[in-house]
Amino acid sequence: MTAAASLPEARLPSAESRFQYVLRLADTSLVLGQRLGEWVGHAPALEEDLALANIALDLIGQARLLLAYAGEIEVRGRDEDALAFLRDAPEFRNASLVEQPNGDFGQTIVRQCLLDAWQLGVYEALSTSSDQRLAEVAAKAVKETRYHLRFSAGWLVRLGDGTEESHARVQQALDALWRFTDELLTPDALDEEMAAAGIAPPLSALRSGWEERIGAVLQEATLKRPAASHYPWQGKRGVHTEHLGHLLAEMQHLPRTFPGATW
Amino acid sequence: MVREALAEPARARTADLREERALRVLRSVMDPEIPVLSVLDLGIVRYVRSEGGRLRVGITPTYSGCPATEVIQRSIRDALVRDGMGDVLIETVLAPPWSSDWLSEEGRRKLQAFGICPPAARGSRITCPRCGSHDAQRLSEFGSTPCKAHYRCSDCLEPFDLFKCI
Repeated sequence: MTAAASLPEARLPSAESRFQYVLRLADTSLVLGQRLGEWVGHAPALEEDLALANIALDLIGQARLLLAYAGEIEVRGRDEDALAFLRDAPEFRNASLVEQPNGDFGQTIVRQCLLDAWQLGVYEALSTSSDQRLAEVAAKAVKETRYHLRFSAGWLVRLGDGTEESHARVQQALDALWRFTDELLTPDALDEEMAAAGIAPPLSALRSGWEERIGAVLQEATLKRPAASHYPWQGKRGVHTEHLGHLLAEMQHLPRTFPGATW
Repeated sequence: MVREALAEPARARTADLREERALRVLRSVMDPEIPVLSVLDLGIVRYVRSEGGRLRVGITPTYSGCPATEVIQRSIRDALVRDGMGDVLIETVLAPPWSSDWLSEEGRRKLQAFGICPPAARGSRITCPRCGSHDAQRLSEFGSTPCKAHYRCSDCLEPFDLFKCI
């Protein structure tokens, strides 16, 4: 029983809307967790290997809690595994940013920092959501996300304000990934519906916090903020870049080849 | 608060013998990654309630993705069933989120003796579990498990884990 269920009938968004919204949160964590998992055994140093794996674990843990909840909202008997492993790319609702390939360590750090700063704002706001269950998941996740952002921002500063080579590489990554950040902060009809019901924060309110956090990191990292640019992808509406399909092929291969396998 | 009630087990509340016995069993259920800490030391047991024929145990995960959580829940159930507690229901409690402040005093002492620096209480300093020096350097905020960070002592130069403060 969620607090959202006790809202006046007229204001409570439909189960389908709530399902789609929870999927946006869940899939963003899941896909980024899977991406970070690709680093295991390949990071530049053991400490970074452990850090990326730890962050991946937190993200996948958050995704499990959220996917389980999405399945309960949907009431079609799909559990967290069915939702993670048996949906195809167009059914995923993650932000396009997180499906972008790891690139070099610098690119991974840029992607992580942009997303961590956003996720921190989202979870902080969701911890007072009218949806009790989301508030509980967010209150837990916010503690983890603070660690994630400290790690990614710390590295972005070191790389940006590092050598000529490291500076050039992260600036290039920032220029390439910046166009995917607009999706995180520009509301569509679903975002607005959730905000009106007090379930999600209005994205416009998140923007200033995000700009402030990222602005401070970029300044310390001596990086130039790229100009805003438009792009056609809307991962949160199921319109993905070609990278997601490849990621899912790897992530879903085993459970699809051997359905219901246990060990 | 349930935790305080657990520190002074069921005696402080109604003396339910079944709950008291369950708590005694839980004292010997250890964390798989830090085998000196019991689940009670960790502060993850939120309640033990005997209701009719059923025993309900509320467990709060330390980190959202901690893979030990499932193992711990299974060990708790197994230990209680082995002790003849019968119908045991393990429930996951998300709110309020777990905090390292919930680690028991005894748990902190056990961690230090095991070679893991306990989470810093307010005003306390990081202490190298090997030589006792307070001069330590953080190598990484992430360690071998989600709950630990990686440090190195600047005096004895040995690396050590610190139980993270969240």
